[in-house]
This record gives sequence, C-alpha cells and structure tokens, in this order.
Amino acid sequence: MHPVLDVDLRATLRSPGREFTLSARFQSPHTCTALMGPSGAGKSTVLLAIAGLLPQAVGHVRVNGGTLLDTAAGIDLPARERGVGMVFQDYALFPHMTVEQNLLFGVRRMGQRLANAEQEAERARVDALLEQFDLQPLRGALPRNLSGGQKQRVALARALAPAPRLLLLDEPLSALDGALRQRLRAELAEMLARVPIPTLIVTHEPQDAALLAHAVVQMEQGQVQG
Amino acid sequence: MLTPLWLTLKVAVLATALAGLAGIALGWWMARKRFPGHALADAFLMLPMVLPPTVLGYYLIVVVGRNGVLGRYLDQWFGINLMFTWQGAVIAASIVSLPLIYKAARAAFEDADPRMALAARTLGAGELEIFLRISLPLAGRGVAAGLMLAFARAMGEFGATLMIAGNLPGKTQTLSIAVYDAVQAGNDAQALWLTLLISAVCMFVLVVSSRLLQSRH
Repeated sequence: MHPVLDVDLRATLRSPGREFTLSARFQSPHTCTALMGPSGAGKSTVLLAIAGLLPQAVGHVRVNGGTLLDTAAGIDLPARERGVGMVFQDYALFPHMTVEQNLLFGVRRMGQRLANAEQEAERARVDALLEQFDLQPLRGALPRNLSGGQKQRVALARALAPAPRLLLLDEPLSALDGALRQRLRAELAEMLARVPIPTLIVTHEPQDAALLAHAVVQMEQGQVQG
Repeated sequence: MLTPLWLTLKVAVLATALAGLAGIALGWWMARKRFPGHALADAFLMLPMVLPPTVLGYYLIVVVGRNGVLGRYLDQWFGINLMFTWQGAVIAASIVSLPLIYKAARAAFEDADPRMALAARTLGAGELEIFLRISLPLAGRGVAAGLMLAFARAMGEFGATLMIAGNLPGKTQTLSIAVYDAVQAGNDAQALWLTLLISAVCMFVLVVSSRLLQSRH
C-alpha cells in the first residue's frame, strides 16, 4: 500500500545576502495532513515545490503512488500537468474574471475545440461546483465584490474544478481573525470532509491543524522535524 | 490639406501597431527575465526617447538606407527601399514611440501579482495562454496608456521622419512636416490651418482614449 503523500524535497534558495536550505521529508497515510510551523519556516515553499512551481527543487513527490517529481529518475512533470490544485494565501483569484470564469479557467483550455457534449459536460461540472459551494447567486460577480468567506469558497472550488489528484492550501485562514476565522474554519473543515482527495494544509495555528487535518507534520527553519 | 492628415494617421496607426507588438513583447520579456546585460538592454531600448531625433534618423539611414547594414539586403533580395517612402516614415515613427510602450508595458507586467501566473499554471494553462488570458489583461490599463502616448508621439514625429522619408508632398509629407514647410514658405494661413487641424485631432484622440480607459474600470 502506498502512502497517500510521500514527499522528499531539497532546495537551496539564494537571494542577495541570504541563503535558505530547504529539506522536507515526510510521508502521510492520511487524506488530510497539516504542515505546521512558524512563519518563515519554508512551509509555503514546500507547497510551491510540490505544485511544480519551484524549478530548483530536487527529490521526489508521490501522491497515492503516482510520481509527480523524481529527479533521480529524471521525472519532473510541469506544473500544468501535475494535477495539483492550489489555494493560495489571499486566494489569488483572477480579478478580471467573474466567479464562473475563474472556475471555468481550470476546465477549459484556450483554443480547444470541443464537441457540444463535452462543452455540456464542462458546464455541468462548473455548475455542480457552484452548487456545492453555494456560489450560484455569485456566479457573475467579480472577486473584488466578494467577502473573505466567499473568496475562500471560490478559491477552493476553482482549485477543485480540474479534478486534481492533490489539493494544497496555503494558510487558508490567515487573512481572517476572530469570530469570522472560527466560523470559516468550521466551514472549511466541513467542505474538506466532503472532498475525498488528498490534501496538504499549511498553517501556523495548532488549532487549525487540529480541526482540519488528521495528521500534523512539524517544520522549522526549512527542515521537517522528526 | 487633408492629404497630410490621412498620411499622418496612416503612419501613426501602423507605427503604433508595430511598436505595440514589439514593445509589449519586449516589456514582458524584460519584466520576467534577468540576464547579464539586462540593464544595458533596458538602456538601449530607452535610447530612442533621449537621443535627438536627427541622430536617430541618422542611425536609421545607416541601418535601412539604400547602402545600409540591412537596407542593402532589403534592396538586393526583396527590392524594398525604405528611403523617401511613407513606409520609411512608419519605421521612424515606430522606433521613436517604442520606448513609451516598452516602458509602460514593462512596468505593468512588473506590477502584476506573480501568484496570478502561478495559479494559472496549476490550473493547467500553458505559457501562451497565461500571457493572453492573465498577464496581458491584467496589464491592460498600463499597456493601453503606453499605446496612447505612443500614438500621440508617432503623430507628432518630425526629425527622424524628415531624415528617412524626406518632405515629399502627397507622398511622405506628414502634418508636422507640412506645418514646418508652410512656415518656411511664408504661407502663414496654411500653417495656421494645419496647426488647428493637428491640435483638434490630438484632442480627439486624447478624449476618446481616456474615455475608453475609464469605462474599462
């Protein structure tokens, strides 16, 4: 039996006057894992490497036995072929597209000629996601007119639209605080429970990790602990 | 009197299109890539804005003139001669207005949130699609402002155009050159009319383009 998530990543990041060494090795048998540590520990960098957005990363990444990266074997799928959905910190919704267009972006490629039946299937998929995340009334809205919680739902739905094999969430609650944070944490936990795909959540809050994930991986100064 | 106007508009539109394609591509490239000599390349692209137009015109003669570095082959292989033609005026005007588009486009691409492109990549988009559907629309206002300035600059081009295309009435005589010609000839009424005409056209372009920019927001 393969672990759900099998990660062994190394990278050296250089910026003027600073060198950061990343070394993250962990496995998880659980659907939902949290990567926890103080800010600056390199958690988000690990997510970028898993998504294929950190060209200098070496090592391997496997999801349910499927290889996304294995530098020793010469495998390095480009980000667009990895099938990794990512919810960015502050969501990174496309500001010039409506909610519906944001979701369609991950489903329909530019210049693709499709039969009517395929177009129908795409539309049905987006409709189902809009329905599932309670976004039907907002389908024509632009991101700047959405509340924090609505943006979070759109970002999650958009990441799920291309049916990814792995979902990455980068500090999904960091933009919020107080009562809203608690409410959205509960909402997120509920949504994740309904989505049966492997998920890795980055957070610096023990409470978030405890409520959202089944397992916790600790990270500090670029290194995964224990 | 309208011939120089149409010629000016034709030259300015084509020059803006040419400089637009090159300026947007170069702005995008320079915003994304860092390579040895980056600052030098940037300075080179900005050069047409600071060089005296006559110096620029001279450079152009050296490059595309009948015996020029490129012009020689254009003539030999394709029978194309750009000297004293309106096409030569287009080349001159596009070089002169290139820095305006390049600079605006580069700034707009650099201002864009880099996570937008990353998000698009995780959603399965290739580089061309990211450029056309994400980067370019997000840089749209900056690029449009650059295009507008470039068009205005191309309309008013004088020095480099005069050196490359000359002053042939009905053939290469644009509005700004026609004004100079009229004043030199002591034809004050003609000069006044041409001046009013070019002012009105420039006002029209400015008002329409600022309208367009506003309604996009």
